[in-house]
Amino acid sequence: MAVPTYATPLERSWHYAYLVICGLIFFFLIAPIVVIIPLSFNAEPYFTFTDRMLEFDPEGYSMRWYDSLLTFGMLSPDAPRDASWWADAWANAKWVNAAKNSIIIGFFSTVLATVLGTLAALGLSRPEMPFRRAIMATLISPMIVPLIITATGMFFFYSNPCELLTLFGLDPQCGRLAGTYLGVVLAHATLGIPFVIITVTATLVGFDQSLNRAAASLGANPRTTFFRITMPLILPGVISGALFAFVTSFDEVVAVLFIAGPDQQTIPRQMWNGIREQISPAILAVATLLVIFSIALLTTVELLRRRSERIRGITPH
Amino acid sequence: MKKTLILTTAIAGLASAAVAAEGEVNVVSWGGAYERSQVEAYNAPFTEQTGIKVNMIAADNPATPLKAQVEARNISGDVFDVEVSDAIRLCDEGALVEIDPAVLPAAPDGTPAEEDFLDGALLDCAVANIFWGTVIAFDETKFADNPPSTAADFFDLEAFPGKRGLPKNPKRTLYLALIADGVPADEIYDKLGSDEGVDQAFAKLDTIKDEVVWWEAGAQPVQLLADGEVTMATGYNGRFFDAMVAEGKPFKIIWDGQYMDLDMFVIPKDSPNPEAAMEYLKFATDTQRLADQAKYIAYGPARKSSAALVGMYQDGETEMAPHMPTNPDHMTSAVMDDPEFWADHDAELTERFNSWLAGS
Amino acid sequence: MANALDPHAAIVTTASGETDGTLTTADGKPLSRALARSQRRAKRRAFLLVLPLLAFILITFVVPIGQMLQRSFYNDGFSANMPQISQWFAENPRGTDPDEAAWTALANDLQVSAEARTIGVVGTRINYDVPGTRSLFTSTGRKVRRGIEPPYDQALLEMDEDWGSSTLWAAMRDASTPYTGNFYLASLDRTRADDGSIQQVEERQRVYVMLFMRTFWLSLLITGLTFLLGFPVAHLLATLPMRKSNLLMILVLLPFWTSLLVRTTSWMVLLQQQGVINDILVWLGVIGGSGRLQMIYNQTGTIIAMTHILLPFMILPLYSVMRTINPSYVRAARSLGATSWTAFRRIYFPQTLPGLGAGALLVFILAVGYYITPALVGGSSGQLISNMIAMHMTDTLNWSMAAALAALLLASVLILYWLYDRMVGIDNLKLG
Repeated sequence: MAVPTYATPLERSWHYAYLVICGLIFFFLIAPIVVIIPLSFNAEPYFTFTDRMLEFDPEGYSMRWYDSLLTFGMLSPDAPRDASWWADAWANAKWVNAAKNSIIIGFFSTVLATVLGTLAALGLSRPEMPFRRAIMATLISPMIVPLIITATGMFFFYSNPCELLTLFGLDPQCGRLAGTYLGVVLAHATLGIPFVIITVTATLVGFDQSLNRAAASLGANPRTTFFRITMPLILPGVISGALFAFVTSFDEVVAVLFIAGPDQQTIPRQMWNGIREQISPAILAVATLLVIFSIALLTTVELLRRRSERIRGITPH
Repeated sequence: MKKTLILTTAIAGLASAAVAAEGEVNVVSWGGAYERSQVEAYNAPFTEQTGIKVNMIAADNPATPLKAQVEARNISGDVFDVEVSDAIRLCDEGALVEIDPAVLPAAPDGTPAEEDFLDGALLDCAVANIFWGTVIAFDETKFADNPPSTAADFFDLEAFPGKRGLPKNPKRTLYLALIADGVPADEIYDKLGSDEGVDQAFAKLDTIKDEVVWWEAGAQPVQLLADGEVTMATGYNGRFFDAMVAEGKPFKIIWDGQYMDLDMFVIPKDSPNPEAAMEYLKFATDTQRLADQAKYIAYGPARKSSAALVGMYQDGETEMAPHMPTNPDHMTSAVMDDPEFWADHDAELTERFNSWLAGS
Repeated sequence: MANALDPHAAIVTTASGETDGTLTTADGKPLSRALARSQRRAKRRAFLLVLPLLAFILITFVVPIGQMLQRSFYNDGFSANMPQISQWFAENPRGTDPDEAAWTALANDLQVSAEARTIGVVGTRINYDVPGTRSLFTSTGRKVRRGIEPPYDQALLEMDEDWGSSTLWAAMRDASTPYTGNFYLASLDRTRADDGSIQQVEERQRVYVMLFMRTFWLSLLITGLTFLLGFPVAHLLATLPMRKSNLLMILVLLPFWTSLLVRTTSWMVLLQQQGVINDILVWLGVIGGSGRLQMIYNQTGTIIAMTHILLPFMILPLYSVMRTINPSYVRAARSLGATSWTAFRRIYFPQTLPGLGAGALLVFILAVGYYITPALVGGSSGQLISNMIAMHMTDTLNWSMAAALAALLLASVLILYWLYDRMVGIDNLKLG
C-alpha cells in the first residue's frame, strides 16, 4: 500500500504514523506469545529476565523446567536415567499423563464431532433443508453460550444422565458420565461441533451440486458419489474443521474442571492448577511447547485452505 | 465395516477405562508443599507396602469439591483432607463414613488410638492428622529497620506500606481484623456471633481493602511474597516454613494472632474405592507416618506418641520445634478454631463476605 | 418407481391421454404431485443427515442446560423435608399467625428432619432467603434430637427466640412450595418483605445488578478497544498486496490458535509487579523501583488480557469485508474534491459497517460470558458475572442462585445471538 502521488505532506506523515501504529498493534498481538519462549529457559525460578540472561551468559539459561515436566510426579525422579526411569516417567509423571489424556480425549471427541458435523453440514447445505436457519442456530450455539453455563448444565446432567428417563417412568439407575473418559469426550465433541459445521458449510458454499448429479446420472450410487466426488472436494474443509475441533478440546478447561474426574486430568487442567498454585517457569515450558504446537496447526490449516481454494478454482481475492 | 468395528471397539474400550482400576485410591488434599509432604510421608511408603496406587488431587480447600460431589451424588474422591468444621457439618448431614477409633493402629507402646490422639482429634467420621496455623509472614528485606510484629501492624499501611495478601474467605480474615482491632483472642467468637461484631470486622477490613491481593490456593501467598506482589501476607505456616527453609526466602513469621486448626481425613459414603480408602486412612494416621510428615513440613502431629519422634527437618540441621504452630511460645495469643461455630455460620458469613468483596 | 420420484430423472411428457391439461410423468402421475413427493423426500433426506447431530446436541447440550435452569425456579429443599408445616401453610392464607397446629407441625418436622440428617438442607434453603438462619435450624436440630416436649411454641422459642420472627415464617411460607421466583428476585438484588411485597435488599448486599452492569460495561469497553486496535490492522491487511498481507496475517492467526491459558499466563508474566513490563519501565526510569504499577489482579488486568484474546475475532470479520471494498470509490471521492478524511468518513467507513457489526457482536457475546481469564488475572474488582456463577456452583453450592444468574446471562446472550443472526447471518461466521 503505497502513498498515492497526490498525497499532501500532512497525509504523507499521517500515513507513516499509521504504519507505526499498525506495527505497535502487531507487537501487542505477538509479543506476549514470544516473550514466554526465552523465559522458559530461565535458570532461576523467576518470570523476568535475569541480568545473566540479558548478558547472554549461558549460565543464565537452562533446560531445568523442561526436565521438570518429566520428573514432576515420578516415584523416583533421581534414579539413573535408564529404561526403568523412563517407564516411571511414562506411568507417573503428571504432565506426561496429562498429555496422554489430552490426546486421547482430543482424538475421540474430534472423530465424533467431525463425523456428525460433516453429515449435518451436508444436510444443511442442501437447498431443500427445512428449518435451516433455526437448526443451524441451534447447532452453532455451543460456541456462543457462555462456557460456564454449558459446563454447569453438563455437570448436573452427566452426574446422573438417566434422571431424564424418570420423565418416562423408567428406572433412573444407569451409572454416570461425570468422571469418565466418555463424559469428557461427549462434552468436548459438543463444543467442537460448531467449528466443524462452520468450516464444512463454508467449503460447501462453493460446491457445485451438479457434480453429484453428473455422478448419479453416470450410474454411481449415493455412497460412491459421496466418497468419490463430494468427499475429496470438501476434504480440506473437513480436515480444518477437525483441527479446530481438536484444538477446542485440547485447550478446553472449564468443562474439564466441572465434569472430569481424577483420571482425566488434561494439559489445560494441569496448567490451571499450576497457574493458580505456583506459576513456576515449568508452566512457561509447557506454554512454549503449546505455542510450537499451535504454529504447526496454523501452518497445516493455512496449507489446507490454499489447497482447497486451488482445487475449487477460487483464486484468493 | 472394518473401520466401524475398530471405532466401536475403541469406544467400548474408552467406556471401560472409566471403571476405576483395582488397587487405587484418590486422595484430595491441599496441593503445594503440603501435598509434597504427604506424598513423601504417606503415599510413597503406602504404595510400597500395599501396592495400592495413590492419586493425589489438589484443591484450594478439599471440602469444596467434596460438598459438590455429595450434593450431586457423584463421588470421585476416596479420602478428603478437610477442616474440622467441614467434617462435623458433613458428618451431621450423613455424607461421611463413620470411623470406629478401635480400627486405628495403636501407638508403638501399645496405647490405644483413642487415648493416643490429642483432644478433639477423633470425631465420629474423621481422624485428624496435623495441627496447623494461619499466620502472618512478611518480606524482611522490605522492612529492614522496623519490622512489623503484631496483627495490628498488618493493618497499618502507613508504618508498613505495601500490598497485603489475604485468603478469600471469611474464616481466616474476620478474626484477624478483630484481633488487630484489639479484641482478645478468647472473645472472637462472641463478637463474630453478633451483627455488630461482624460489622466491626468488616469495617477494619475496609481500611486495607484497596491494598489487598486475595488468594485462594495455599501456595499463592508464598508466591505473592516471593514475587514481591505483596509485602505482607497471611498463609499456612508450613508453606512459609517451606519457602524459608527449603528455598531460603527472606521471610519472617509473626505468630501473634495465629489461627490454629486441625486437618482431618474423611471418607465419603459411596466413594469409588472404600476399602483402599480405609487402608490409606489407617496407614497415614499411624504414629510413624504423622511424625514423618513433620520432617517435610512444619505442622504438629495429632498423636501424642508422634510428638516424641519429631526431630529434625529433612535437611538434618533444622530443628523443627521452633517452627511448629503448637510451640507454647506461639500459642499465647492464638485463636483456636471453633468448628461448631463455623459449621453453623460458614455459609452466611461467606455470603456476606462475597457481597462485601464484590462491592468494590 | 425410484426413477419416477427422482426430479432429475423425471421425464416430462405430454401424454396422449391428457384431458384436463395437467402435466404428467412418464408413468402417468400428475407432475405436480410427483414433484411435491420428490421434494418431500429430498427434504427428508437432508433432514436425516442433520438428525444425528441435532439429537446429539439436544441430548448433550440443550437438555442439560434446560435441566440446570429448572433449578432457578424449583427447589424442594424445604418442602420435601418439612411436609407437615408445608401442609399447614397450604391450608392457611398469608397473614395467619402460627397457631398450635403450626407449632406442632414445625416441631414434628424438625424432629424427623434432624433424625434423617436433612436439617442442614432445610436450613440452607431458608438461609437463601433470610441470611443467617442456617445455624438456627442446625443448632435447633441438635437440641431437638435430644428431645422436645409440648407445648412446642414455648419449647422452640426457649431454644431460640428467633423462631418467633415473622420474617422467618414468611420465608418458610415462600419455601413451602418447591416453585419459587425468589432466586430471580435475588439475582436482581430484590427480596420479598414479610407481607410478600417486593423490595430492594439492604445496600451492603446489593451485588448482582452491579456485577451485571460491570460485565456489560467491561464487555463494551473491550469491544471498543478491539475495534480501535483491530480497525487499522484489518485495513492494512486488506490493502497490502496478497503476499505481504498473508505473512502479516500469521501474526493475527497465531494468537488465535494459541491456547487461552498460554495467553493468560503470558499476561501474568508481563503485567506482574516484578514482571517484564514493570522491569522495563523501571529500567527506562519512567517509574521508581518502589512505584511499580499494579496492572494485574484488578480490572486493568482483565481488560488488557481479554482485549488481546478477543482482538482476532474483531480483525478477521473486518478484514474479510474490507477485502471486498472497491478502492475506486474512495479514489472517485478524492477526485471529486473530498479530503482524505472526508473520503474515509463518508465513503470507506460506511462500507466496513457489516464487518464491524459482525466483529463487535461476536466480541461482545464472547466477552460477556468470559470466565477463565477474569478468574486468573481479575483479582476482586475484575470479576465478571460468570465468576459469580462459578462461585455459587462450587463454593457456596447455592445452585438455584447459580441457575438464576445463568438464566439471566443466557437470556442476554441469546438476544445478542438472535441479533447477530438477523444482522450478519450465522452462515457468514468465518474462522481464520
